[in-house]
Amino acid sequence: MDFELNDDERSLQEGIRSFLTGRCTIDVVRANEETGGALDRGLWQELGAVGVFSLRADGFGTTESVLAFEELGRSLVAGPLVASHLAATLVPGAADGSRIVGLIEPSEPVIVAEHLASLDDLIVVRPEGLFVVHPADVIGVHAERPLDALTPITAVSHLPQGEQLADAAAAHIWHRDGMVLTAALQLGLCLASIDLAKQYAMQREQFGRPIGSFQAVKHLLADMLTKAEVTRAAVYAAAVNIDGRGDSTDLMQTARMAKMLAGDSALFCGKTGIQVHGGMGFTWEVDAQRYWKRACVLDTHFGNSDEHAAAFSAAL
Amino acid sequence: MDLQFTDAENSFRLKLRDWLSSVIPHLPNEPHRNDWIGRREYDSMWQRMLFDAGFAGINWPREYGGLGATPTEHLIFLEETERARAPYVGQNFVGLLHAGPTLITEASAEQKAFHLPAILKGEHIWCQGFSEPGAGSDLASLSCRAIRDGDDYVINGQKIWTSFGHTADYCEMLVRTDTDVPKHRGITWLIVPMGLPGMDVRPLRTLEGSTEFCEVFFDEVRVPVANRVGDENDGWRVAMVTLSFERGTAFVSEMLQSMELARDLAQLAKRVTRNGVTAWDDAGLRRDIGRICAELDALWALTKRNISQAQRTGLVGPGGNVFKLAYAELRSRLGDLAMHLLDRASLSIDDIGDLPTHAHVHGRIHALSLGIAAGTSQVQRNIVAERILGLPKER
Repeated sequence: MDFELNDDERSLQEGIRSFLTGRCTIDVVRANEETGGALDRGLWQELGAVGVFSLRADGFGTTESVLAFEELGRSLVAGPLVASHLAATLVPGAADGSRIVGLIEPSEPVIVAEHLASLDDLIVVRPEGLFVVHPADVIGVHAERPLDALTPITAVSHLPQGEQLADAAAAHIWHRDGMVLTAALQLGLCLASIDLAKQYAMQREQFGRPIGSFQAVKHLLADMLTKAEVTRAAVYAAAVNIDGRGDSTDLMQTARMAKMLAGDSALFCGKTGIQVHGGMGFTWEVDAQRYWKRACVLDTHFGNSDEHAAAFSAAL
Repeated sequence: MDLQFTDAENSFRLKLRDWLSSVIPHLPNEPHRNDWIGRREYDSMWQRMLFDAGFAGINWPREYGGLGATPTEHLIFLEETERARAPYVGQNFVGLLHAGPTLITEASAEQKAFHLPAILKGEHIWCQGFSEPGAGSDLASLSCRAIRDGDDYVINGQKIWTSFGHTADYCEMLVRTDTDVPKHRGITWLIVPMGLPGMDVRPLRTLEGSTEFCEVFFDEVRVPVANRVGDENDGWRVAMVTLSFERGTAFVSEMLQSMELARDLAQLAKRVTRNGVTAWDDAGLRRDIGRICAELDALWALTKRNISQAQRTGLVGPGGNVFKLAYAELRSRLGDLAMHLLDRASLSIDDIGDLPTHAHVHGRIHALSLGIAAGTSQVQRNIVAERILGLPKER
């Protein structure tokens, strides 16, 4: 047993991180808000070239993919990253980023599509299988003010049945692996929230000293880190399980564990990061809000944390 | 990353499992929980059995009679003993996990030769005299005084939270030997035989009514200078060495019990009725139990990460503090949930009404101690914030 990153895993993660810190700075991400969150095709293809979508198609495991997605979450990269990754072996052009492939799980009380205007293909994940739909055939109302300015949404009034690409078993795996990859994005959000809040707490002075020296503030940060590290263990365990090097054969249950922990933790770190920033945290200018908003978006992907807690109990 | 065990680890597990299954059925009944003399005999007997079978001192180096096992093998040892419902380390805890390892790195050859084999065989029980009424979280401010007089130290003062003080043979003790220097630099680590003239050991009753802890009072107690471990006034460093022996395994048995307790709670919810339906029919309760069980599984994964890190680097690192913080909070939530589920049945610490009340109520009470013992959750948060995140100290 060795549940620490090995050298290959570490260098893969560092490689992705160094690409993202050079190419996807927070300024680049933020600039996208001015274009209504329209995805940058150039960036998408670069992500494809780095291997973000094709990792598993290229023979890497879910473990490596999770390490890459943690970094994507940390850098707040927007768009259907998980969908395009899952579609790498199913939809031509997904793997290298030449086509932007999104997915949708029909939801209640309203079906909500993301990034519809930027998509080339839309995969509908239904319990009975995977179906491909042409995004232009989806009818709905574009929301003028999406919660996350980088995730434009559409309230769908008509979702075509689409052409079936894969069976129920494949849909099950998409749902399961989608949970784990999304959980990795959420883990990255936690880490970015902590970094930002920590920097602010060290630099912001009140009462003549950095606010990070006050225990009341320190303890908020300690709680953020605690949740993030427990989440990290859960996400890595779920990924290692999928790769067949795990300690559990109930892959769906460990995926739920990861998604539940990651959903709760990303929301907690997001809101606590805003709190640490005080009044500035409530401004558009400070990025703390962006992490919280993305956490809200990702919690709804593949089932929110409450749904997974309930589903987890069904196996008890 | 790999969560699977190697062939060598698996064969260690099987060997241990075989031995456990051959001896556990023949063990005598466990003594009553507050029968400390009886428990001492029982714990010593078990330790001697481990020693004779070659499983004593699992994490001690081979040259001192231990097994020299890796942290992962230690994990396996704890998993298997828990699975077999084997006795716990009990009163040998301080000797095997605190005093012994400290002696191994810091004591003289003579001290080691006398004490280490006796600890391994379960012949000597040790207790810990660190905390004082005025020195809890701020341990280094301890004031129990030891003044040199010829070949002796003369000790005056008080210790508290001394587990098994009434049955122990030796006490690992921190005393104040210099009051004119910064607090960390005037402390000395001593081996103090129990029962010396001037020592008074009084049980300290916990809120559950248990008396495993003691207060120990010292009135002109003479301890030979030869019983010092490390240099005079270097005791803080010696005590910190003890902490560095933690390999991420400290809560393994507890974690396994907690995971089982939470799953037992789910089963209990399925048979407890309220207003004509079972508690399990309540979707809110199911979700709460699901959340707690999933979080426990995540903490189990974190435990394995910490053990893996210790195996690679020799130290647990920040994961240990993170684990303890999260675990104390989670056990508290589990306890609250159990108490609500049991409702008025939770008003008995022992089983009543054919319900497993004791496990859950005792568990709830135990959870109260988890956020306090070995560094309160507030101190843990300071450590996480200052040592891991690098935030400035308050003063």
